[in-house]
Amino acid sequence: MTTILELKGITKQFPGVLANDHVDFDLKKGEIHALLGENGAGKTTLMNILYGLYKPDSGELYRDGKEVSLNSPKDAIAIGIGMVHQHFMLIPVFTVTENIMLGEEKLKNAVLDRNGVSAKVGELSQKYGLEIDPESFVEDIPVGVQQRVEIVKTLYRKAEILILDEPTAVLTPQEVEDLFRIMRELTSQGVSIIFITHKLKEVLKIADRITVMRAGKVVGTAIPSETDESHLAAMMVGREVILNVEKEPAQPKEDVLQVIDLKVNDLRGLEAVRGVTFSVRAGEILGIAGVQGNGQTELVEALTGLRQSTGGKVVLQGKDMTNNPPRPIIENGLSHIPEDRQRHGLVLAYPVADNLVLCNYYLPPFGVNFVMQNKAIDENARKLVKDFDIRTPSPFVPTSNLSGGNQQKVIVARELSRPVQLLIANQPTRGLDVGSIEYIHRQIVNMRGKGVAVLLVSAELDEIMSLADRIAVMYQGKIVDIVDTQKTTKSELGLKMAGAQAQA
Amino acid sequence: MDKSEPQVKEEKPNAFIRIVKQVGNALLVPLLAVITAMIVGGLVIAGAKGDPFAAYAGLFEGAFGTLRALSETTVWATPYIFAGLAVALAFKGGLFNIGAEGQLALGAVASAWVGYRLPELLGTTIPGAIHLPLTVGAGMLAGAIWGAIPGWLKAKTGAHEVINTIMMNYIALNLVSYLLNGPMKDPDPLNVIARTPLISEGAQIPVIFSKYRFHWGFILALVVAFLVWWLLWKTTLGFEIRTAGSNPDAGKYAGINVSRTIVLTMTLSGMLAGLAGAIEVTALNYRHELGFSQGYGFDAIAIALLGKSHPFGAVVGAILFGAMRNGATRMQFLTQIPVDVISVIQALILLFVAADAIVRFIYRIRAPREQVVLTRGWGK
Ligand SMILES: Nc1ncnc2c1ncn2[C@@H]1O[C@H](COP(=O)(O)OP(=O)(O)O)[C@@H](O)[C@H]1O
Ligand SMILES: [Mg+2]
Repeated sequence: MTTILELKGITKQFPGVLANDHVDFDLKKGEIHALLGENGAGKTTLMNILYGLYKPDSGELYRDGKEVSLNSPKDAIAIGIGMVHQHFMLIPVFTVTENIMLGEEKLKNAVLDRNGVSAKVGELSQKYGLEIDPESFVEDIPVGVQQRVEIVKTLYRKAEILILDEPTAVLTPQEVEDLFRIMRELTSQGVSIIFITHKLKEVLKIADRITVMRAGKVVGTAIPSETDESHLAAMMVGREVILNVEKEPAQPKEDVLQVIDLKVNDLRGLEAVRGVTFSVRAGEILGIAGVQGNGQTELVEALTGLRQSTGGKVVLQGKDMTNNPPRPIIENGLSHIPEDRQRHGLVLAYPVADNLVLCNYYLPPFGVNFVMQNKAIDENARKLVKDFDIRTPSPFVPTSNLSGGNQQKVIVARELSRPVQLLIANQPTRGLDVGSIEYIHRQIVNMRGKGVAVLLVSAELDEIMSLADRIAVMYQGKIVDIVDTQKTTKSELGLKMAGAQAQA
Repeated sequence: MDKSEPQVKEEKPNAFIRIVKQVGNALLVPLLAVITAMIVGGLVIAGAKGDPFAAYAGLFEGAFGTLRALSETTVWATPYIFAGLAVALAFKGGLFNIGAEGQLALGAVASAWVGYRLPELLGTTIPGAIHLPLTVGAGMLAGAIWGAIPGWLKAKTGAHEVINTIMMNYIALNLVSYLLNGPMKDPDPLNVIARTPLISEGAQIPVIFSKYRFHWGFILALVVAFLVWWLLWKTTLGFEIRTAGSNPDAGKYAGINVSRTIVLTMTLSGMLAGLAGAIEVTALNYRHELGFSQGYGFDAIAIALLGKSHPFGAVVGAILFGAMRNGATRMQFLTQIPVDVISVIQALILLFVAADAIVRFIYRIRAPREQVVLTRGWGK
């Protein structure tokens, strides 16, 4: 195979961070080359350089052996490079075709050549098995398909090298499968792919070659057949990582949370939770499995006081908490790691220290007689930053400066460091890197060991399987079954998540 | 753990340096906005065949050149500070209080009423120790109520405070005009203008100098600015206000009663605007005369923006606006350049502050991390 792209000694300095430190990287024709690394390792930066978005401080770029210099994405496109960003750049109210035309409007007799482009898109979709309807509106199609629109967009611009930046982060397991199928189809027809991820299973499954980055440097290259998860994880994190959560058998005690026939409406007023009943006992982890959008969000919001329920009862530690606002529930022992950490969990503009007291700022020692006690708040922050290994230059920088994983650690530190009887963790590790995931898992298991009742909601079946003692499967607003983790399998759960009838 | 990762050591600087830095950072763009506006204003003056240097020299002399000029600048700045604080506090709570003008007018009228009418009603003079606090308190209360209403409407129904504070302005200003031309009009047979009688002596804050109009209100304004800062950054209530302003969803998650906080913020904001009116009545004019407010409540919006919604920033902005207003007359007298040029410059300042990006572009400053939410969409 011929090398079609080569980066040599790429260095890029951002204020305070060396994002890329003499990075070498190459790509061969028709291969899938995975770029693996934790959040903040510098993967996106490297790709942005390759796509002409950033200029490297030093280093060279070769396309087919010839040195090139890229000043903008236009230059990158011109040499056949296409990029699908972590965040899609589509306009929801436009059709697929219109989105693809955007920025490269073709005229035919002084009119936009919609039909021509539409036909071309259909053709590309056919060729690579993308299954895209060129005429549908972007807002009407699922995320997985939107991603394929982004891919077509690059193919339409004649990309031979495709950069996919964390494409699986937003996909369901089924959609990931589809994406992998498409990636194979693309490479079999000569397209080369740079696949960025921090998920180990994925690279082992799909990549031909793996390059691992850590803290701006390339730390090694591997071939999937010659490596394994723990080896890759160790390269990525820089130390041994325990991938399987070790835990003692559960010793559940009394019911801490009882939910009885709870009904909750969603934003549009439709019934999203349609009468669920379950309880969580002290010292156990109850996992709620389910494809996203089956009422988990609304359920958690009702349990934590963020949303009114329309029927049923919520009892926490023997006290009826139905439709209470958040504060009394929190004061009755709730800790909540919210699903949307930036929307609910943090005030990004605040210093880390303030976010660490977001829920108990008014209680001694942080608030005494309505006055904030800065000394106590600072001390608390220093301690938690250390105890929970939050990577931040100081506890007093705005939380928005932290990486996603460290922002989540701020929330976890806050929620686990105060007295807690019930922990509700909703998608606690979504989008995080291996190191942080391992850490948060360990914390959750620790809480269980201390006799806390834990309700874990996650779309990652692996996560539920490895942490939960019992698993409740949610489908279309109902709990279709509650099973013992020991007595079930992933495929059985998968079927239930897809709505197969529960066995008696 | 991973030792190879660069760990920047940055300890918390001490409180004084932190505040200086905080203020310095906040004021960088406003300062450049002012300078840019002065340059553009200078070109305007030059275009009108005036001498910009002479004009600005006159402006400066009129604002700071003599003791009297200084004193007059503080007189101008006083209501600006109070009203600027009112708007800034609301901004910090994520609310856009355009109603300061109405709250201020109503505060002044309530103050004046208690000042001259209460002794008449009681048929006796009230000792100053009681009468003065009552008079000032009445103004604060009136402003507070006028601010609380749109706050309450926002919290309960999601009705946008921008619309409602504007509406409340119309009601307040017309009500005040009616009162001063009718029931509260000074009955002195020689009086032809819409104004109340003088408030009784017990309700007056004594003058400091007989020769200068500098009054206690200015000092009080500085104290109140400090109190607002203290409230916002040192109290749990301030934490709630800032949280509700910065991320109401997180506020709710954290157990803060966001609706209540909105009402409270608007109440406090209205109270500060009401205080602006009350101080003009009790410390300067000793009565309420229609139109005494030269749009203080509206300029306050510009001042709060100029001060980046920081109480100390608002003080600086208020003094600047006060100085410009005050110096303008002297400028006109010396150079025949009309005072209206000052309005142009003030408008330019506002434009540049509001269009932060332009200034950042001109001077190549990196974007700020914390952005004040000026106003949100409709609903909660
Ligand atoms: N535009 C930027 N300005 C300053 N720092 C940046 C910028 N983009 C990325 N960084 C920093 O560079 C480092 C690498 O980031 P990134 O390339 O996004 O990592 P990855 O994609 O591997 O998660 C991080 O520490 C990040 O905070
Ligand atoms: Mg990235």
